[in-house]
Amino acid sequence: MYPAAFDYHAPGTIKEALDLLGKHKDDAKLLAGGHSLIPMMKLRLAQPKHLIDLRKVPGLSGIKQDGNMLAIGAMTTHWEVESSSVVKSKLAVLSEVAALIGDPAVRNRGTVGGSIAHADPAADYPAAMIALGAEMVCEGAKGRRTVKVDDWFKGLMATAVGEDEILVEVRVPVLPASTGAAYMKFPHPASRFAVVGVAAAVTLDGKGACSKASIGVTGAGTKAVRAKGVEAGCTGKKLDAAAIEAAAQKAADGVDVQADLQGSVEYKSHLCRVFAKRALTEAVKRAGG
Amino acid sequence: MATVAAERLFGKSIKRREDPRFITGRGQYVDDLKIPGMTYAAFVRSPHAHAKIRKIDTAAATRHPGVVAVFTGKDMTGVNSLPCGWDLRKEKKIPGVIQDLAIVPHMPLTSDAARHVGDPVAIVIADSHEAAVDAAEKVQVDWEPLAAVTITEKAAASGAPKLHEGAPGNVAFKWEIGDRAATDAAFKTAGAVTVKKRIVNQRLVANAMEPRACVARYDDATGELTLWVTSQNPHVHRLLMCAFVLGIPEHKVRVIAPDVGGGFGSKIFLYNEEVVCSWASRKLKRPVRWTASRSEAYLTDAHGRDHVTDAEIALARDGKILGLRVKTTANLGAYLSTFAPAVPTFLYGTLLNGVYAIPAIHCEVTGVFSNTTAVDAYRGAGRPEACYVVERIVEAGARAAGMDVADLRKKNFIPKFSGAFQTQVAVVYDSGDYGAAWDRMLQMLDYRKFRAEQEAARKQGRLLGIGFSAYIEACSIAPSKLVGALGAGAGLYESGKVRVHPTGMVTVFTGSHSHGQGHETTFAQIVADKLGIPIEQVDIVHGDTGSVAFGMGTYGSRSASVGGTAILMSLNKVIEKGKKIAAHLLEAAPKDIDFLGGQFQVKGAPGKAVPFGVVSLTAYVPHNYPEGLEPGLEETSFYDPSNFCFPFGAHACIVEVDRDTGNVRILRYLAVDDVGNVINPMIVDGMVHGGIAQGVGQALCEGAVYDGQSGQLVTGSMMDYALPKADMLPMYETDRTVTPTPVNPMGVKGAGETGTIAATPAVVNAVVDALAPLGVDHIEEMPMTAQRVWKIIQGAKAR
Repeated sequence: MYPAAFDYHAPGTIKEALDLLGKHKDDAKLLAGGHSLIPMMKLRLAQPKHLIDLRKVPGLSGIKQDGNMLAIGAMTTHWEVESSSVVKSKLAVLSEVAALIGDPAVRNRGTVGGSIAHADPAADYPAAMIALGAEMVCEGAKGRRTVKVDDWFKGLMATAVGEDEILVEVRVPVLPASTGAAYMKFPHPASRFAVVGVAAAVTLDGKGACSKASIGVTGAGTKAVRAKGVEAGCTGKKLDAAAIEAAAQKAADGVDVQADLQGSVEYKSHLCRVFAKRALTEAVKRAGG
Repeated sequence: MATVAAERLFGKSIKRREDPRFITGRGQYVDDLKIPGMTYAAFVRSPHAHAKIRKIDTAAATRHPGVVAVFTGKDMTGVNSLPCGWDLRKEKKIPGVIQDLAIVPHMPLTSDAARHVGDPVAIVIADSHEAAVDAAEKVQVDWEPLAAVTITEKAAASGAPKLHEGAPGNVAFKWEIGDRAATDAAFKTAGAVTVKKRIVNQRLVANAMEPRACVARYDDATGELTLWVTSQNPHVHRLLMCAFVLGIPEHKVRVIAPDVGGGFGSKIFLYNEEVVCSWASRKLKRPVRWTASRSEAYLTDAHGRDHVTDAEIALARDGKILGLRVKTTANLGAYLSTFAPAVPTFLYGTLLNGVYAIPAIHCEVTGVFSNTTAVDAYRGAGRPEACYVVERIVEAGARAAGMDVADLRKKNFIPKFSGAFQTQVAVVYDSGDYGAAWDRMLQMLDYRKFRAEQEAARKQGRLLGIGFSAYIEACSIAPSKLVGALGAGAGLYESGKVRVHPTGMVTVFTGSHSHGQGHETTFAQIVADKLGIPIEQVDIVHGDTGSVAFGMGTYGSRSASVGGTAILMSLNKVIEKGKKIAAHLLEAAPKDIDFLGGQFQVKGAPGKAVPFGVVSLTAYVPHNYPEGLEPGLEETSFYDPSNFCFPFGAHACIVEVDRDTGNVRILRYLAVDDVGNVINPMIVDGMVHGGIAQGVGQALCEGAVYDGQSGQLVTGSMMDYALPKADMLPMYETDRTVTPTPVNPMGVKGAGETGTIAATPAVVNAVVDALAPLGVDHIEEMPMTAQRVWKIIQGAKAR
C-alpha cells in the first residue's frame, strides 16, 4: 500500500527541524528510523502532511559516557546500542534489551529516540528505561529540558514531549556497584514485540539484602509503568526465591492490562508476575546475591 | 563398451538451477513487468463482513487526477459468475451426496451485497498506482450493514444471517462416505472401548511470499488478450476465464505465469481481480495492472482448513481398531472458490483410513457458508485435515484404552503390500510398508530411552511430551475418469513436450508449473538422465499457454509423478524415433539398436554407434534418412495416471511445556518419509523441511481469527498472524524409506505436502502427552498458543 501524499523535509540543523515543526505543528511528524511510522502511513492509519526527517541533523547519534550517565543520541540505532562496547561494559542490560528488538534489519534502522518517543505500549526499551531511571532530553525553541522517565510515558503512544519539541537524547545512569539488572520478555509470536516485558534493577547492601529495587513493566497495559508494589516488596529484604516470588505477585498492580488475541487480562497479569520473578531472579544473581 | 555410461542424474542432489536468478534478484515476477501505456488498478472493497449495497457513487473518484476509469459490477454486463469447478449434485450421480451443492453466484464485482470483509465492489484504474489508490478512497458506497456470521459452528444454526438466496440455512452441501451401518455395528461390539472427541482444524492463511498480481493487456489490432498472472495453472486460469466468465475465445487469450513466488494452493484458483482486469483491459484497450498488498492478500487469498469435527473411535480390548465415525462441518467462506467443494469431501473423507486396517468407517460432512474469505485448497488440502483427525483420535483411543500410543499404532498398521489395498473409503492404495518407516523412526528416536528420560523429567516437575504421526496422503492428482465421476470439472492429466534441437540441445515444454518446486532442475534431471546428455543442454519451459500445449498445473504433489511422467513418455518416443534414424545410419534394423549413455549403438557391436547429437542433426537435415519417416525430433505426450500415489511416513516430535507461561518449545523433530523413488533428494529434503515448518506453524501459532461480532479479520497482517519462525524449530532429524509406486514408470509418489500433513498432529499429540500427568487427555483447538496451553493447565484436574 502507498501512503497518502506528504511533503518530505530533510533539515540540516536542529533549528531548522524545530522551525519546520513549529510551522506545521500537528500536520507534521518527525521521522527517525521509520519502523513504526512508515508502516502506519502505508496502511494510512497515519497521514501526516509533512514528514521531517532527522537523519541529516548532526549530533543526534552516538553513545558517550558523561560522568555516571550514558548519553545516547536519539538517532542512535538499536544495533549501535546492542553492539556498543561502552554499553556492554557499563550497562550490559541495555545492550541485551536492544538485541531483543525485532530482527537485524529493524535494529539497523530503528532508533532509541524513535522508540521512546513513539511509546508503543509493547516496546522493549520503556521497561528498561523505567528500571534504570533514564532521563529524556527534549529540545525546543527555548532550549533544552530534561524529563525523568517516571514523568515521560503519559498514555497510549503519548509522552511528555511538547508538540514543538524534539527528543534529542536519552540519558541512562550506569549501574551502581552491587547492582544487577535484567530484562525478560514474553514475545508476541508474530511481531516479537513484548506481550509482557519486565526489567528489574536490584542493588544489594553489604549484607546481601536489597537496598533498592527498580522495576519496569511493558506490554501488558496502554503504557509502560513502574511496578511500585514489587519494588516495595523487595526493598530491605534478602531476595531468596520465596521473597522474589512474594514480591513478584504485585507485578500487575497499577497496570491497566489490556486483553487481546495474545492474552486475557488474567493471563497477561499472570505473565507480569512470572516475568517479574524471572527478571528479579536474574538481576539478583547478577548483583552478586 | 565404447562409451562409459554417464553418471546417473536421477537420484542426485544437484543444486537448483533456478536459484542463482532468484537469489540475485533477477527473477521476473508479474509485478516486474513494464509495458508502455500501463494503467494501474485499485479495488474498492467492503469494510463490512455483510452489507447490502444501496448505491455506489463513483463521480468523485472518476474526477480524481490521473484516473482513467472507474467500474462497478453494474458496468460488467454480460459477465458471468466465477465458476465452481467441482460439482456435488445427485443428478450428476456424484457418490455420497446427501444434499446438493448450492451453486451460488460469485460475481467478479459484487453489486447486490458484500459477504465478507474485502469483497470487491469497484475497480479504479489510473495512470499511476498512487492515483488509483487515492481515488479508490473517494468511491462512496452507501452500505446497509447486516448481521454477519463467521464462526463455523454457528454458520448453519437457526437464525444465522443468510448469505445467499440459493443456500437456505447457509448449507452449501451435505455429503458422506463409508458404510454407516457397518460403522454403527462396530461401535456396538461387546467390550469395545469408544472415545469421542471434538477436534478443530483452524482456518489458515497461505501467505505466499509473493502476493497475487496480474497484468492484462488487450491488443486491439489482433483481438488478443495476454494475461500475466500469479498462477499455479495458467491453462486452467485461461479455460475458466474464457469459457465460463468472460465468454471470450480461448485461442485469443494467452495466460503467462512467469516466476511465481510461492502458492501453497492459493494461486490455483480463478480470482475476481484477474477477471476484472482482463475485462477492463478489453474495455479500455490499455494494459491494466494490479498487485495485492499484503493486507489484501490476507483478506482475499483463499484461506485453508477451517473444519470442526466430532470424531469417534472404537477399539477392541486388544487395541485393534474396530471403527471410525467422523462428522465434520467445513466452513467454505462467503463464496464457492474454484475447487472448494472437493477439499472437505473427496480430498478429505477418502484419506480417513490412514495407514490402519480399519474395518468400518463412516464420515459425514456439511459444508457451510459464512461471512469470511472463501476457503479452498491449502498445502495438503483435505488430507492434512483427515490425517489430523485420524492421528488425534487414534491417540485419544490409545489413552482411553490404557495402551502405549506407539504400540497401538503399530498393532493396527496395514501390512506391507504392493499393487492394491482397498480402503473403506473408496480409494485403493498403491503400495506401502508402513511398519518399516515407523520402525526406522522409533530407532532414530530411541523411544524407550525417551520414556525413561520423560519419567525422570516429570519427577522434577518438568512437562516433557512426545507425539507421533503416522500419515498417508494421496498425491499424483489425478486419474481424470475417476475425478470426473466424483464431480471434477476438469481432467487432471499433464502434458509434456520434448523438442530436440538439431544440435542435440533439448527444450521441454511442461504443463506443470513451478512456483518454488524446482522444476527447472528436477525435470532437467529426468531428461539429462534419460538422454545421457549434460544437464546444461536441457531447458525447461513452463507457465505460458502460448508455448505449452496444455497443462493442468501444479498442486496435490503431482508435478514429478504426473508432469514428469508425461515428459518421460515423450523422451521414450524421441528415443524410439532416434533408433530408426540411427538404424538407417548404422545400416542395422531399428530393433537391433540400443540407446545407452547418449549413444545409439548396434546390439552386441559397441563400436558401431552414433551419438545423440548426430541423430538429432540428421532428423533436421534428412539427406541420408529412413524412407517414409517424418523429419524433425519433437514429441508430445499426455499422461493420465491410472491411480493416485500414496506417500506415507512416520513423524515424531518432542516438546517441553513451560508450566508458568504455557509456552511450547520443540526439542526434537524426527521425520521418516516414504515418497517412493526420489529424483533430487536435496529438493525433497527442502520440501519436507518447509512442510514441517508449516505444519508446526498450524499447531503452535498460525490461525485466522475473525471477530465474532464485527466479522473483521483480526489477524490481517504479519504483525498479528503468527507464521512459524526459524528459532521455533529444532534441527530436523530426517530419513527416508523407499517404496516405489507401481502406478508410474519412475516409481515416484510425490513429496510436496508430506511435512504439512504429518507435523501438525505430531506436535499437538506431543503437547497432550506433556500435559498427561496433569490429567489432560485431549486438546480440542489449535494453535496451541501459550495462553491456550496455560488455560488448559489451569483447568487440569491434577494441577
